[in-house]
Amino acid sequence: MSVRQLAKQQPASFAFKPEFLERAKKIIAKYPAGRQASAVIPLLDIAQRQEGWVTKPAVDVIAQMLEMPSIRVLEVATFYTMFELQPVGKRHIQVCTNLPCQLRGSDHVVKACQDKLGLGLGERSADGQFSLMEVECAGACVNAPMAQIGDDYFEDLDAASMGKIIDALKRGEKPKPGPQNGRVHSAPMGNFTSLTEDPTKPIPKQDLAAAKAAFEKAKAEAAAKAAAPKP
Amino acid sequence: MTKLTIDGRQVEVPPNTTIIQAAEVAGVEIPRFCYHERLSIAGNCRMCLVEVEKSPKPVASCAMPVVEGMVVHTRSDKANKARNGVMEFLLINHPLDCPICDQGGECDLQDQAMAYGSDRGRYEETKRAVKDKNMGPLVSTIMTRCIHCTRCVRFATEVAGVPELGATGRGEDMEITTYLEKALTSELSGNVVDLCPVGALTSKPYAFSARPWELRSTESIDVMDAVGSAVRIDVRGREVMRVLPRLNETVNEEWLADKGRHACDGLQNQRLDQPYVRGANGKLQPATWAEAFAAIAAKMKGLAGNKIAALAGDLVDAEAMYALKQLMTSLGSPNLDCRQDGAALDPAVRASYLFNSGIAGIDQADALLIVGADPRREAPIINARIRKRYLKGGFRIGVIGEKLDLTYPYHWVGATPDLMAACKPPEGSKAPMIILGMAALTRPDGAAILESARRVAEQTGTVKDGWNGFNVLHTAAARVGGLDVGFVPGPGGKDTRGILDAAGKGEVGVVYLLGADEIDTAKLGKAFVIYQGHHGDRGAHRADVILPGAAYTEKSGTYVNTEGRVQRAERAAFPPGDAREDWAIIRALSEALGKKLPFDSLDHVRAGMRAANPIFAALDTVTKAEWKPFGAAGSISATAFDYPIKNYYMTDPISRASRTMAQCAEEFVMGAKARTGTHG
Repeated sequence: MSVRQLAKQQPASFAFKPEFLERAKKIIAKYPAGRQASAVIPLLDIAQRQEGWVTKPAVDVIAQMLEMPSIRVLEVATFYTMFELQPVGKRHIQVCTNLPCQLRGSDHVVKACQDKLGLGLGERSADGQFSLMEVECAGACVNAPMAQIGDDYFEDLDAASMGKIIDALKRGEKPKPGPQNGRVHSAPMGNFTSLTEDPTKPIPKQDLAAAKAAFEKAKAEAAAKAAAPKP
Repeated sequence: MTKLTIDGRQVEVPPNTTIIQAAEVAGVEIPRFCYHERLSIAGNCRMCLVEVEKSPKPVASCAMPVVEGMVVHTRSDKANKARNGVMEFLLINHPLDCPICDQGGECDLQDQAMAYGSDRGRYEETKRAVKDKNMGPLVSTIMTRCIHCTRCVRFATEVAGVPELGATGRGEDMEITTYLEKALTSELSGNVVDLCPVGALTSKPYAFSARPWELRSTESIDVMDAVGSAVRIDVRGREVMRVLPRLNETVNEEWLADKGRHACDGLQNQRLDQPYVRGANGKLQPATWAEAFAAIAAKMKGLAGNKIAALAGDLVDAEAMYALKQLMTSLGSPNLDCRQDGAALDPAVRASYLFNSGIAGIDQADALLIVGADPRREAPIINARIRKRYLKGGFRIGVIGEKLDLTYPYHWVGATPDLMAACKPPEGSKAPMIILGMAALTRPDGAAILESARRVAEQTGTVKDGWNGFNVLHTAAARVGGLDVGFVPGPGGKDTRGILDAAGKGEVGVVYLLGADEIDTAKLGKAFVIYQGHHGDRGAHRADVILPGAAYTEKSGTYVNTEGRVQRAERAAFPPGDAREDWAIIRALSEALGKKLPFDSLDHVRAGMRAANPIFAALDTVTKAEWKPFGAAGSISATAFDYPIKNYYMTDPISRASRTMAQCAEEFVMGAKARTGTHG
């Protein structure tokens, strides 16, 4: 994570579009009068959904709507890395490169993205369609390696499946999110390695009395062996 | 009351205090960075960790309330070990630049590292570096040194009321910044420098100019406004290096306004260091004291008393005004006035010109009506006190005048003073307060406004047994002192307006300006003008004879603040060149005029002042003034106020000569103007 600050180039103005404004108002109404500032995170999110990223005019507009100083909004926007403070592409690809993902080959995934898009990490394509970024753990280690595109998680990636996803996005299609290698959610690939018994059959009854008798006998034999004089 | 034991000492404190406060009561000092008794609790530096019995972990004493029977150890091995750990973490990212840091020698981190730091570090990675932020012309930032105590953020938000500072980012990337790196738009911004426990925020004008151990400190009084804040003047040689606030709970708590703190570099510029006499060619020529006195004596000879007049300025000490009054009386002149702004104050009734409730009285008030005053610029310390009262809740504020940003919300009654008569404090208000500003009193209908304000005060319970909430907010440090020594027109004498009119018409031949610069000198006409003061400002430009006097840091002088508190400013340095203390100049002049005044030392002058007005005997206290009718009934015109302070940073000869104040004025007051090609 690097120092997060507002982008140098900023649009002149920001205004919530009617449908976004309606959502914002609904959220503000959830809080009692005088406590509107609590709505700052959802409002920043709504602004980001509208513009793609959090702009300085948006920070000012939200501060005004919630009757709080602009710096307080900026503090929140810079605290959470999910708020984009620089313009990002329409398809914002966030590849996780933390340890579990890296052990499972996230480097190949990153490489595939870079080759397909011709972008470096933290760059945006000239047409504004794609941007690429590496992120810290997104909490899907069980399906590592993974990448987040928009709101969707694409999991169990390798270079080929990542390439396919990007190709589909380029064609304007909507690739299916989730595991890309045929896994169902985070269930294991192939056969089970444990709990292989048929769960519908009753568990065989154990003869506890016999087991105890065998244990006592072994104990007595060991004691007798220890007591016997050494030759 | 809750009983607890701290380091084996039994203490009893109110139930909602914290351990650190209880320790203070017990006389045990706990190290701290983020905790400050006048700010909200943050609890993020962890330096104040203490061991509490039956608690599994060390406890942050600044944020932990006391519990009955608690046993606290502040110096146990466990507590010390915890602090050593905190210190080690703080020093990981703190640069080792103490030798070039302005905070060196008075740095909390430096001091506490001596007690809790290790002599070697275990950290071998690279340290972080943070970009410096622009916080305006007064605060210099070296943000790499910041330990994120957030005292400055809390001060700006809570005390100064300008929520512009904040902490962006998080973790190692947390940075303190102003929104979009704009200067802090507060008249109290210099205080963040005092609050900063490290060298991250230091004074920009003072940067790299002195070390604390080279300075000689003198306890004195600030005269840049009428609050009379307690200050400490630090000098090296005869140069005032800096001015810092001193603790005075009843006046300035521990804050100081930016003008009082940073205008001190004006004491080096534009100084009058020798007498001048206007020669035959119309130009001021350097002269000796004898020549200057001779020129005055020649002009005064045979002049009737009523053809002589005197005006006293905003920074003059009471001793000088007392001495000049004696001289004018002996010359037979009743024409003298210390109200160079022409305020319609009634010198006969002391309650009519005082901030009667006292500054600390604001804490007791429950409603406030501000009439024609701009406390934020006229007295930033009082404004901070009003804001502090507002934050406590249950405080309704009404304003008559311009819709100014006062850092707290208020009910705007209207722009004109005729609305005042209908104002009532909210239902059930027990201690209402009125603050009457100079903008209301310097108008032609000032006396009528004063009378109307008195009536409102009497009718609304603002003045009653045990409570006097009728407050006049002065803008000049000398004003109350001048009124108390009686530097006002004698029987049949002319006031400021009368003197200027008469001088313009030629009816007054000699005008003695004692540090009076805030008058329209063009109105003085052909009068012979004597200017006694310390700066070559407006008065000196017009003068025919200049007598160089001493500034407030260069003499022992009595000042009475707006609440009537008699305080003494002490000499921190000597006046430059031939300049002398003001009472002594008047005493010497009286001899040259053949009217030798009956005092030979400052003690004699003060004895005379005490005899004339016993309030001067009670130093550092407020003598309650008796309530009597004052003001003159009349019609109040429905015109808006004209506020006396348009540019906070330049209101008197010292601040006008100050480079720092000029930079502030450019940044904050003239900021809207486009810069010309000659700007860097």
